[in-house]
Amino acid sequence: MDIRELQGYASFFMTIFLVVMLYWYIVYLYRSEKKGDKDYEKLGNIALDDEIDSKPIDTSSVTPREKKEQDK
Amino acid sequence: MQSNAALEYDYSVAKLFTYTTILFGFLGMLIGTLIAAQLAFPELNYLLGEYGTFSRLRPLHTNIVIFGFTLSGVFATFYYSAQRVLKVSMAESKFIMFIGKFHFWLYFVGALLGVISLLLGYTQSKEYAQFEWPIDIVIVLVWVLWGVAMFALIGIRREKALYISIWYYIACFLGIAMLYLFNNMSVPTYFASGGLGNILHSVSMYSGTNDALVQWWYGHNAVAFGFTVPIVAMIYYFLPKESGQAIYSYKLSLLSFWGLMFVYLWAGSHHLLWSTVPDWMQTMGSVFSVVLILPSWGSAINMLLTMKGEWNQLTENPLIKFMVLASTFYMLSTLEGPIQAIKSVNAIAHFTDWIPGHVHDGVLGWVVFMIMAALFHMAPRMFKREIYSKKLLEAQFWLQTTAVVLYFTSMWIAGITQGMMWRAVDEYGNLMYSFIDTVTVLHPYYAIRALSGVMYLTGFLMFAYNMYKTMTSSRELTEEPQFRSPMA
Repeated sequence: MDIRELQGYASFFMTIFLVVMLYWYIVYLYRSEKKGDKDYEKLGNIALDDEIDSKPIDTSSVTPREKKEQDK
Repeated sequence: MQSNAALEYDYSVAKLFTYTTILFGFLGMLIGTLIAAQLAFPELNYLLGEYGTFSRLRPLHTNIVIFGFTLSGVFATFYYSAQRVLKVSMAESKFIMFIGKFHFWLYFVGALLGVISLLLGYTQSKEYAQFEWPIDIVIVLVWVLWGVAMFALIGIRREKALYISIWYYIACFLGIAMLYLFNNMSVPTYFASGGLGNILHSVSMYSGTNDALVQWWYGHNAVAFGFTVPIVAMIYYFLPKESGQAIYSYKLSLLSFWGLMFVYLWAGSHHLLWSTVPDWMQTMGSVFSVVLILPSWGSAINMLLTMKGEWNQLTENPLIKFMVLASTFYMLSTLEGPIQAIKSVNAIAHFTDWIPGHVHDGVLGWVVFMIMAALFHMAPRMFKREIYSKKLLEAQFWLQTTAVVLYFTSMWIAGITQGMMWRAVDEYGNLMYSFIDTVTVLHPYYAIRALSGVMYLTGFLMFAYNMYKTMTSSRELTEEPQFRSPMA
């Protein structure tokens, strides 16, 4: 088996791996919404409610800025 | 947030990049129209001596529209929308303001140097990567500065989740960084030879088929990360904001994002079908190009469904018209590309005018329409004035739409005619036509393309005039519009 054939097989198996990853991601998105961990559709409002003084849309995680303030 | 009541978004850097978008857009399209006319009427090659020939001007056209117009538009919309979706002002950090302004001025100087060097004939002869090594270094510095500004803004954000547009801007940054560095690896001959020859001259670190592969891995993905990814970033922010409708499916936008990232990088070898690259690699390029329809249409359909129940806005608001047409052209272009990448179709399409036809329905219909719509949306917010003229906007839309249709239909016909004539053989297996026969037949289509160029350029001048009047003499606004952009 020469290097070109090896490259071909490597490409094939990597494709399979990445396809599995992509399908797993769909499952992950729906599962985490079902469990109530995330509300992805709410994030669409970030573009609509984008005034500097309006309340952040996502309250499920901590920004670096807040983490810094908490650490003080 | 009470403490930030007096704080406002700072658009000074976005404004600077808006000016260069208009400037480079005009220059790039002017040269494009001239070289289209040169193909139809070759005597136009001799207007400006060596500086006016097709071979000198063609790289200028492509580089000005890619690195001048499109990147300026990407930077302008980034510095505008990133602040808003991250809910943080550039004015809050002196460091970010400095980096932003430095980014602009270094970019502007680098762009001027690039234009001058290409006009003088300095080129490393790689498509869309003609700049010689000193300009490449400036471009890398400009890119690093953008990255610093981007991640610094993200670092001080108030909005916890990164909106989908930011993901796309990050992908644009990382993708171009990787592509540009690898494709432009070269050895400056002056230093390697101990002082011989021109100091600007260099040779690629790759050779033969490897050089072609790296070049088209770059060339195709420059389209991906320059003409697709940041434009999707724009439409994901500006269409919802202008229409007042949240994205139809946020989950679909995330899935399309990862799908696009996964698939796009593998499709570049479709530029080298029927060449000396390994056969499996050609097949892979074809297969991935066809699969690419899925994430591309995922984004485009998501955009069209965002208008669900609000299609009346299409007739009422010209900016919605621009953006919906842009996503429609995105769909057309991302279906046409995979069709051209099928090996049997490519046997006819390769090297013909169908290819520039495909490129231009993508860039004129999708990229330029989206950038202009974004700048029109930004103008009332940045300059606190309403858009100068709705009538002019409508007239521009129809003129440019007609121009794009004329461009791609003439090139479709020209390309397929050309491909069929090149392959035609008589009963003895001899070629039926010589090259000049095809040139004679294609002349009317080249003339139509030149005409469409004049129409599109006129439309761009209408856009520039409308923007200028909006900045300077339109009616002032007392408060910022929430969704629909006001226009007279």
